[in-house]
Amino acid sequence: MTPTLLLGTRKGFISYRFHNNHWEVENLSFEGVPVSIAYEDARSGTWWAALDHGHWGVKLHRSKDRGKTWDEVAAPAYPQGEEIKDGIMATTRYIWSVANGGKSFPSRLWLGTDPGGLFVSDNEGDQFDLVTSLWNHPSRKQHWMGGGRDQPGIHSIVVDPRDENHLYVGISCAGVFETNDSGKTWLVRNKGLRADFLPDPQSDIGHDPHILVAAPTDPDILWQQNHCGIFRSVDAAMNWEDISQSEGPARFGFALSVADDDPGQAWVCPANSDTTRTAIKGALCICRTDDGGKTWKNLRKGLPQENCFDIVYRHALDSSGDAVAFGTTTGNLFFSPDRGESWQTLNNYLPMVYSVQFSN
Amino acid sequence: MATVKFTSALERFFPGIKEIPARGTTIREILDEVEAGYPTLRSYLIDEQGRLRGHVNIFIDGGIINDREGLSDPLSQDSEIYIIQALSGG
Repeated sequence: MTPTLLLGTRKGFISYRFHNNHWEVENLSFEGVPVSIAYEDARSGTWWAALDHGHWGVKLHRSKDRGKTWDEVAAPAYPQGEEIKDGIMATTRYIWSVANGGKSFPSRLWLGTDPGGLFVSDNEGDQFDLVTSLWNHPSRKQHWMGGGRDQPGIHSIVVDPRDENHLYVGISCAGVFETNDSGKTWLVRNKGLRADFLPDPQSDIGHDPHILVAAPTDPDILWQQNHCGIFRSVDAAMNWEDISQSEGPARFGFALSVADDDPGQAWVCPANSDTTRTAIKGALCICRTDDGGKTWKNLRKGLPQENCFDIVYRHALDSSGDAVAFGTTTGNLFFSPDRGESWQTLNNYLPMVYSVQFSN
Repeated sequence: MATVKFTSALERFFPGIKEIPARGTTIREILDEVEAGYPTLRSYLIDEQGRLRGHVNIFIDGGIINDREGLSDPLSQDSEIYIIQALSGG
């Protein structure tokens, strides 16, 4: 397990440090400001805070000293005249995902945003440029739409560690797109998904992957918690298979984490389907599969089992070795040292948690 | 010259910020001068398409500006311009 937890919350950036066998708060930054993503670039140890100021717009800050000091860098900005739809000007409304470019591109950072723009920096975040090939994809204006947010958004960026020109993005609502040339050209990878909310559920584009994750030990195995179930691909997103639990809670939700040492093991955080978005039957449950989604185990030991309304947002679950952690919409933070078999409460009084990441 | 005054909420991001004199004849020109005095401040007030952010207001001599997109509202040489935030949220 890496010994730090970074949290993006509705009221600030919070880091916890595992010290003397327990977790303690190490840093609070941007108190009172919504932090959509708290992210460590593991290559350099740089911390990133994506801020969602209600008044002053989206901002981006980085720290090279574990949050003691922060530098503001220019937030991703849409070129003048760019439109979400005809007549609706594009501005950065939210930073919804951050990913580093991998070892081959040590200065590269990717950002996914609402309203649907992917941005890239090749100078450690000093400047971000819109990836126009995806922004100008012929499907965007006509077939991308809001889901979770009012406008389309890129919430997942998956960089292939074997070839870092190869990546996938997850877009709500459009689906999964793949590039093999660092974003010059894009392929749609939604075969096998279902979009029950569309007139044609098998539509090529318009799907709602809530989160897209590759197995660290086998990046051709991809998982997604989708609006319409949990899906897995074993052939690099060429085909998706529904692996939702037929009679059980592992179906609707937002977050998903894949074990860093087992491509067949993953955790999800089930919620009542989209009409209520609350904990199922007032009880918090994490589901884990150890066999690629053939079977699911309900993990409840140490989690509240009555009068509970918590759900877990898409970036608020992470795992590291045997450790699993998640933060909830009602400000609870839970930690498991044993892959979810038992849970400890780290805090009941946090703001709404948007992101959780294990870091160094 | 006109005077530009700022909400104290901006003090957090621009420590020591204080009112500045300005020669511009429209709000857009005024914001260019604001940016020169406090680099990056403009991005806190207007978005990348040049429009006033949704929760920011600008007053000229006590009246709210009309043109939030073009920022073309005129002002006089001795106008007082207040840049404030809307109060919202919790």
